Amino acid sequence: MSFETVCKLHDITPGTGICALVNGAQVALFRPRDDEQVFAINNMDPFAQSNVLSRGLIVEHQGQLWVASPLKKQRFNLTSGECLENPTVSVASYPVKVSAGKVAVSA
Amino acid sequence: MSKLKLVVIGNGMVGHRYLEDLVDKADLSQLDVTVFCEEPRVAYDRVHLSSYFSHHTAEELSLVKHGFYEKHGIEVLLGERAININREQKVVYSSTGREINYDKLVMATGSYPWVPPIKGSENKDCFVYRTIEDLKAIEGSAKKSKSGAVVGGGLLGLEAAGALKALGVETHVIEFAPVLMAEQLDQQGGLLLRNKIERMGVQVHTSKNTLEIQAQGEHARNTMQFADESKLEVDFIVFSTGIRPQDKLARQSELTIAPRGGIAINDQCLSSDEDIYAIGECASWNESFFGLVAPGYKMAQVAVDHLLGNNNAFEGADMSAKLKLLGVKVGSIGDANGRTPNCKSFVYQNDEEGVYKRLIVSEDGKKLLGAVLVGDTADYGNLLQLKLNDIDLPEHPDTLILPAHAGAEKPAMGADSLPDSAVICSCFDVTKGKIAAAVADGQTTMAEIKASTNAGTGCGGCLPLIGQVLNAELAKAGVEVNNHLCEHFEYSRQELFHLIRIEGLKSFDQVLTKHGKGYGCEVCKPAVGSIMASCWGDHVLAPQLVSLQDTNDNFLGNMQKDGTYSVIPRMPGGEVTPKALGVLAEVAEEYKLYTKVTGAQRIGLFGAQKDDLPTIWRKLIEAGYETGQAYGKALRMAKTCVGSTWCRFGVQDSVGLGVMLENRYKGIRTPHKMKFGVSGCTRECAEAQGKDLGIIATDAGWNMYVGGNGGMKPRHGDLLAADLDQATLLKYVDRFMMFYIRTADKLQRTSVWLENLEGGVDYLREVIVNDKLGINQQLEADVTKLIENFSCEWTDTINDEVQLKRFAHFINSDQRDNNVVFVDEREQHRPATFSEKNPGAKGDILHVELEA
Repeated sequence: MSFETVCKLHDITPGTGICALVNGAQVALFRPRDDEQVFAINNMDPFAQSNVLSRGLIVEHQGQLWVASPLKKQRFNLTSGECLENPTVSVASYPVKVSAGKVAVSA
Repeated sequence: MSKLKLVVIGNGMVGHRYLEDLVDKADLSQLDVTVFCEEPRVAYDRVHLSSYFSHHTAEELSLVKHGFYEKHGIEVLLGERAININREQKVVYSSTGREINYDKLVMATGSYPWVPPIKGSENKDCFVYRTIEDLKAIEGSAKKSKSGAVVGGGLLGLEAAGALKALGVETHVIEFAPVLMAEQLDQQGGLLLRNKIERMGVQVHTSKNTLEIQAQGEHARNTMQFADESKLEVDFIVFSTGIRPQDKLARQSELTIAPRGGIAINDQCLSSDEDIYAIGECASWNESFFGLVAPGYKMAQVAVDHLLGNNNAFEGADMSAKLKLLGVKVGSIGDANGRTPNCKSFVYQNDEEGVYKRLIVSEDGKKLLGAVLVGDTADYGNLLQLKLNDIDLPEHPDTLILPAHAGAEKPAMGADSLPDSAVICSCFDVTKGKIAAAVADGQTTMAEIKASTNAGTGCGGCLPLIGQVLNAELAKAGVEVNNHLCEHFEYSRQELFHLIRIEGLKSFDQVLTKHGKGYGCEVCKPAVGSIMASCWGDHVLAPQLVSLQDTNDNFLGNMQKDGTYSVIPRMPGGEVTPKALGVLAEVAEEYKLYTKVTGAQRIGLFGAQKDDLPTIWRKLIEAGYETGQAYGKALRMAKTCVGSTWCRFGVQDSVGLGVMLENRYKGIRTPHKMKFGVSGCTRECAEAQGKDLGIIATDAGWNMYVGGNGGMKPRHGDLLAADLDQATLLKYVDRFMMFYIRTADKLQRTSVWLENLEGGVDYLREVIVNDKLGINQQLEADVTKLIENFSCEWTDTINDEVQLKRFAHFINSDQRDNNVVFVDEREQHRPATFSEKNPGAKGDILHVELEA
């Protein structure tokens, strides 16, 4: 499994997401708090087929973190990529490593 | 089987209610219904007739929903009068020579104004007060007059006096009896009312018997001569001296007429001919006729029920009334004059505040017989229910009318104590049982109850009581009335607003730590973001705020389905210079943006990629544009008509005011988006009454409407205040904006907010105009601060290097989103569909496009 460094940790404003291009895939990275925890899932909203998930709000429900799609608000689990509204739909999720202030993804 | 032929003569308030009730209860396809409407327009609201002077549109008063008659196949003969009835052959003859057969006939011919036989009362300066045509004539006369008199100090007479005052003439009221409103008020109540009215500049003359009107005078066109030999010079006279049943046609047809006039009816509203009903003011039951609308409505229901074979009976009517005359609140219930033998009274009088209340109770003190309320009618609803439902009075009945500061706690009426049959809304005859059923049906908000039962949508006087019933029923059903923002905050938006404002909280983390729990969600984050923007006016993309912004605020543009954005610069009031328009065109060409005029009198450029947004805006800002905030929950725009500067009909400069208003309130974050409208005359080309704030020019200033809406559930705004000068208007708008910001629920438009506001527009007027809550100074100060803090969000953004980094599509590449693809359409372009982008793909479960 090869990790590709995509940005510095402080490039991601706490509480928001960004999008990175990794091996041709659009990856949405989220940093929920002002710490080193970063999540990665695919950037494409499967309902609208548009690359927008990195621009969604990070939200908490059922004790877990999700991103709400900026288009129609379906929520996707930041760890598993599963959709809260429709469990048969999910997006890919990717492992992330944060070290020495750098963020790396394997996709 | 041939259809039953039903003919209704008269299309007033009662005649129309009959048809509405019929449509509700019967299958209209089995009926052949014809309606005679003598006036040139279908049924309108005569109760609120004088509001015609402030609106100036007859449509405003209309009671008939658009297309109602057409939809139900009811034929209305407009401007046509029934002139004769042949009861043997069952035919009605009309003024145009038409002959119509009937199986059943309903007479709802109403009443006519009675003018006492006074010499000179037929001259051209004498009017009655009954129809819209009458009002037009009065207004025409007032324009060339300095003074006017109303003869008759009853309910309608005072209403007419209010209209004269509003028309700007010196106003006199002439009353034959020694007190005003002798029918509804006792002597003391009448006296207080008189004092209040006189303080407003209306001159009241009681115990005056008018003998003659001479069409000459030294200072005015006419001289009124009274029996006590005094005289009064006025330019014109309006008679409001009572009504008489319009029973001419019935007399001619030899139906039985009651001794004091009116078509005699039985408990089923049948006349002496078993195929002819009479309802409303033309009918006489038990030898009396009823000059109020509620008994007429009841008769309409009874007549419909009898026709359909349902059980119902007219059993007399409650003549209680609550109204506002010349701004004075007046209420009268039951035996207001205390004529019941051995009755007892409780009286509260406060000359300082001009309040008088009297209860008339039975000899044993157990039942309420009547009440008089002047200056304060807050107790009316409760007292009326006590009377109508024959509920036992509390031990000390006076506690029912004493003010709170008197120490005695007001006995809670409690909606629970009312029987299911209690009529809560008398305008639409909605009982407590009906409201309870609606609640049980899942309707749990005021707005839902109003929409489904019509309760509270007439005069609105029963709204507080509906609220009580609603809450009692919800409590009974075990429904916890929970207005918590979401699982992270156990506060309503309004409560949270106050906490944030008072404690000066400036970040979501602070708010969450102090008042919430967990991480936050798509509900509370934008709500708190909006509240902080409304309180402090900081840039929405500031580091501590950016994570709260919902889709559109997040990159200061409305995200489209393909992830691109729209660019909509501000064009205040819809104004744009040709030069600026040229720049807009150049930018649209350069960045290949689809271009469309929006619904808000401005131009939208669509399909902008996120990384192009800063440069697009830089060019627009250099040309003098600023952000139009089309992405924000904020004031979008003020729609204006051309106004008096160009339009030959305009009476005020609507564009000027619209530009000023838009610039004054732009950028202020509100609970939901807001739209303004400003029309330069009563033609209302800006459709201002469909906006959150609507301003309509009058000869004397501006009328201010609030709570209008287009969209999914259209609503006309309510008139908050009339004929305002600009300075007063701005004050009211300041207060309205801030009060809405402070008290609305999350994402609640002003229309729904107003529908749910207990007391409705009357309460709002108390707050905004009369400073009922004592917060107006603060509301204005808050708005002023926000106005001073305004800066263009896009100008700030393009000048901030840190911000600009956020707009790249990828953090680690200059490439763009290759999924954004356009196809040509009508000489511009649109986003490609899934199958256009993937011609070979079969489509997944979500995106299968079926072959036709």
